[in-house]
Amino acid sequence: MEEHLKKEEFSPKLLDLINKDRQWLVKREEKRGHGLSDENKLELRLGLPGIDDRESTKISHKIDTDESVLSLRYSSTMKSHHKSSSQEQKQVFPTTWPCSGHQQQQPQMLSPKVSFLQYQTGPSAVARETSQPCCTIMVGLQNAEKKPFSSASSTNNTAVHNSSQKRAAPVPVVGWPPIRSFRKKLGSSSSTKLSPEPQGTKPSQIDNEKPVESSRKSLFVKINMDGVPIGRKVDLNAYDSYENLSSAVDELFRGLLAAQRDFSASGNIEEEKAITGLMDGSGEYTLVYEDREGDRMLVGDIPWHAFVSSVKRLRVLKSSDLPNLNRDAQAQEKATH
Amino acid sequence: MNYFPEEVLEHVFDFITSHKDRNAVSLVCKTWYQVERESRYGVFIGNCYAINPERLIARFPRVRSLTLKGKPHFADFNLVPHDWGAFVDPWIKALVKGCPDLEELRLKRMVVSDDSLELLSRSFVNFKSLVLVSCDGFSTDGLAAIAANCRYLRELDLQENDVDDRRGHWISCFPETCTSLVSLNFACLKGEISLPALERLVARNPNLRSLRLNHTVPFETLKKILTQASKLVDLGTGCFVHHPKSESYHKLKNAMSKCKSVRSLSGFLDVAPRCLPAVYPICANLTSLNLSYAPGINGNELIKLIRHCKNLRRLWTLDYIGDKGLGVVAATCKELEELRVFPSDPFGPGNAAVTEEGLVAISAGCRKLHSLLYFCQQMTNAGLITVAKNCPNFIRFRLCILDPKKPDPVTMQPLDEGFGAIVQSCKRLRRLSISGMLSDQVFLYIGMYAEQLEMLSIAFAGDSDKGLLYVLNGCKKLRKLEIRDCPFGDMALLMDVDKYEGMRSLWMSSCELTLGGCKTLARKMPMLNVEIIDENSQRESALVDDRQRVEKMYLYRTLVGPRHDAPDFVSTL
Repeated sequence: MEEHLKKEEFSPKLLDLINKDRQWLVKREEKRGHGLSDENKLELRLGLPGIDDRESTKISHKIDTDESVLSLRYSSTMKSHHKSSSQEQKQVFPTTWPCSGHQQQQPQMLSPKVSFLQYQTGPSAVARETSQPCCTIMVGLQNAEKKPFSSASSTNNTAVHNSSQKRAAPVPVVGWPPIRSFRKKLGSSSSTKLSPEPQGTKPSQIDNEKPVESSRKSLFVKINMDGVPIGRKVDLNAYDSYENLSSAVDELFRGLLAAQRDFSASGNIEEEKAITGLMDGSGEYTLVYEDREGDRMLVGDIPWHAFVSSVKRLRVLKSSDLPNLNRDAQAQEKATH
Repeated sequence: MNYFPEEVLEHVFDFITSHKDRNAVSLVCKTWYQVERESRYGVFIGNCYAINPERLIARFPRVRSLTLKGKPHFADFNLVPHDWGAFVDPWIKALVKGCPDLEELRLKRMVVSDDSLELLSRSFVNFKSLVLVSCDGFSTDGLAAIAANCRYLRELDLQENDVDDRRGHWISCFPETCTSLVSLNFACLKGEISLPALERLVARNPNLRSLRLNHTVPFETLKKILTQASKLVDLGTGCFVHHPKSESYHKLKNAMSKCKSVRSLSGFLDVAPRCLPAVYPICANLTSLNLSYAPGINGNELIKLIRHCKNLRRLWTLDYIGDKGLGVVAATCKELEELRVFPSDPFGPGNAAVTEEGLVAISAGCRKLHSLLYFCQQMTNAGLITVAKNCPNFIRFRLCILDPKKPDPVTMQPLDEGFGAIVQSCKRLRRLSISGMLSDQVFLYIGMYAEQLEMLSIAFAGDSDKGLLYVLNGCKKLRKLEIRDCPFGDMALLMDVDKYEGMRSLWMSSCELTLGGCKTLARKMPMLNVEIIDENSQRESALVDDRQRVEKMYLYRTLVGPRHDAPDFVSTL
């Protein structure tokens, strides 16, 4: 039988299992009420520890998105298969996903698992959570096939648990995310180390891609701004490009500059103005630096990592103080932006 | 019809170029088989171990263009040990003997040596085209041999290879008589080249349509090249760093604006964002833009650039484009057909660079989208359902949520429904990669709806064997299946063993397969090579305990039995 399973026929196998359970439940359903759900909860808890926590948080969600509709339809389909009308399956689904209306809400007090199993009798009940049917399937299988699904289900469970908690930094997994080696280096390294540099010709079994940040030391340099008596310090290794440095400088000095203007003016409160155009000469200020040899240089000519290795301190000067580099080009630049 | 001249048949077959069609043609009758095999010039071998070169040449004696693929796809992500195999040497040696007219060789994920490149360059007088994608094992010395000896070389295309760059000035090895170049791509090389040699090479090859430089080629050289290569259609820049006020910059900008024929732009391996405006003049003509190697451009610069590119059909970018940037793409690039968004910081603490919002925006604005590769921080079922509604034309849909097993963050549900909507809506879907938290349900949907699916990639998904069974039972056209870290075991593997003969290959790693299960499969299916890759234990002790879990299994159909070049850590059962 297994060999010739077609896609419409896979479910009988599954339903057979549920069928057995279903009869068991039909008796119970007549006793509707909390007791029923409690008992089921008890049963199911054997396979899925900690399920109660999830349930309570989920039941409190009012879920009327399309996915709820989908789960309804899926279960109805299961039922219809059981009644061996595979036609219904195709009919049911196409109407489901495009439509955005939601089906009736199931009375919240019944545990979703019970309602899924109720599908076998009628499509009236609706389960909200699509994961619940799966858990139920797993439990059903557990009962019928005596396979150690609890490990699988608890993994599933813990996965949900973990993700429902605060998301911690992901642990590097071998071969994950599925990108070529050279791409892994692109983002965290400087903008010049960019040739698609595959990671070694003999990749080891264990991926060695640790985030570059963890091994980087900080490189603090002084930065002073014209008109601001107190300087700041920036960690150049915290940035990977001139753009990021530029925005950092803006953040550092914007407030201070506004405060300065405030004091020097007649005490009117001036709004903070963003400091832009630090690199291309289009702004009020321009960024320069002092290199190892003591010369004052315009920031931006050399590749980032070369800059980081040669910079000693930074200065933010008024553009009007700088000699004209190329007025025409400056105007042209502004025109094209 | 009693007599139909074979010459006529051959002439008709000339118009049939797709290898799938030609394979079908050859099955009609013996005559057609004979005519077809003698007139087939281009042969495609999807798995180099499915056949051997001698049989290939015996069947197709006139082959002029050969495409070979080697290692399994997961080798790209370091899941396959380095010396697993896929050596091109035996192929080249056999071709030298049997096919002296070879003109084209295209290799993907194969190990190529300098010796084979040298042999190739000396043996095939009409050799015109060498395309190497994701290959390794060779150095610039091999390239120098190709450059020096292939007199009629038209195409040398190196994509994302791992090349040992010995800085031997291989570019200078192109003789002065080399004037036939149409395509030259060496963007993946790390080392410096002789710039004057490059300039001269470009100057004497007026038919150059495609040129992709590596990061050592500076701004000034680019400018000189652009003035020479007036017919360029595809350009990959090298280093794109210069002071925007300098004369060089303006000269480049002028040269760029004259490149009216450039339709495809890539590179920017080294870029200062302020220099990007230099390319604005050609943006309106661009149909393809690849900025995925350029982390030096930030989101805002990228957005400014994209606003100029109204005719884009293909866009590859890093994820700092952000959801906002994707919104701009959606508003601007109405002709977009292919989008790839790569992670810029794969191990970072999740800066939420792109999420479901960006993808939904794209699907709403770019209705012609049919190919997607999307690395994101999170995805929701609602988002996927909307995408499925908006874009029912997907052929390739690959979604990778960076945190494995991450559920829908809004509802905390698995993403079963979302992917289900995709497969149900996209009837032409041929390739699918799924990620995030997924139960067996998603496989139920895939098996039910993905009727045209040929390639499926699964990671960290499913709850039980049922999942794999749904797929194997349902997807009739499945050819390549690759699975990692899923709870699928022997029961599913052995349920329908005949299926694997209709597939190219199956990869399963970190699943629940046992040695016994794999052995059973190998016994039942002699037409398959079932390889167990086990780097840790010694060969002797490896194959003893049948209950032992198998870490990596790769099986593929083959006409030539177990391969003879398998390393110690690979056992063919």
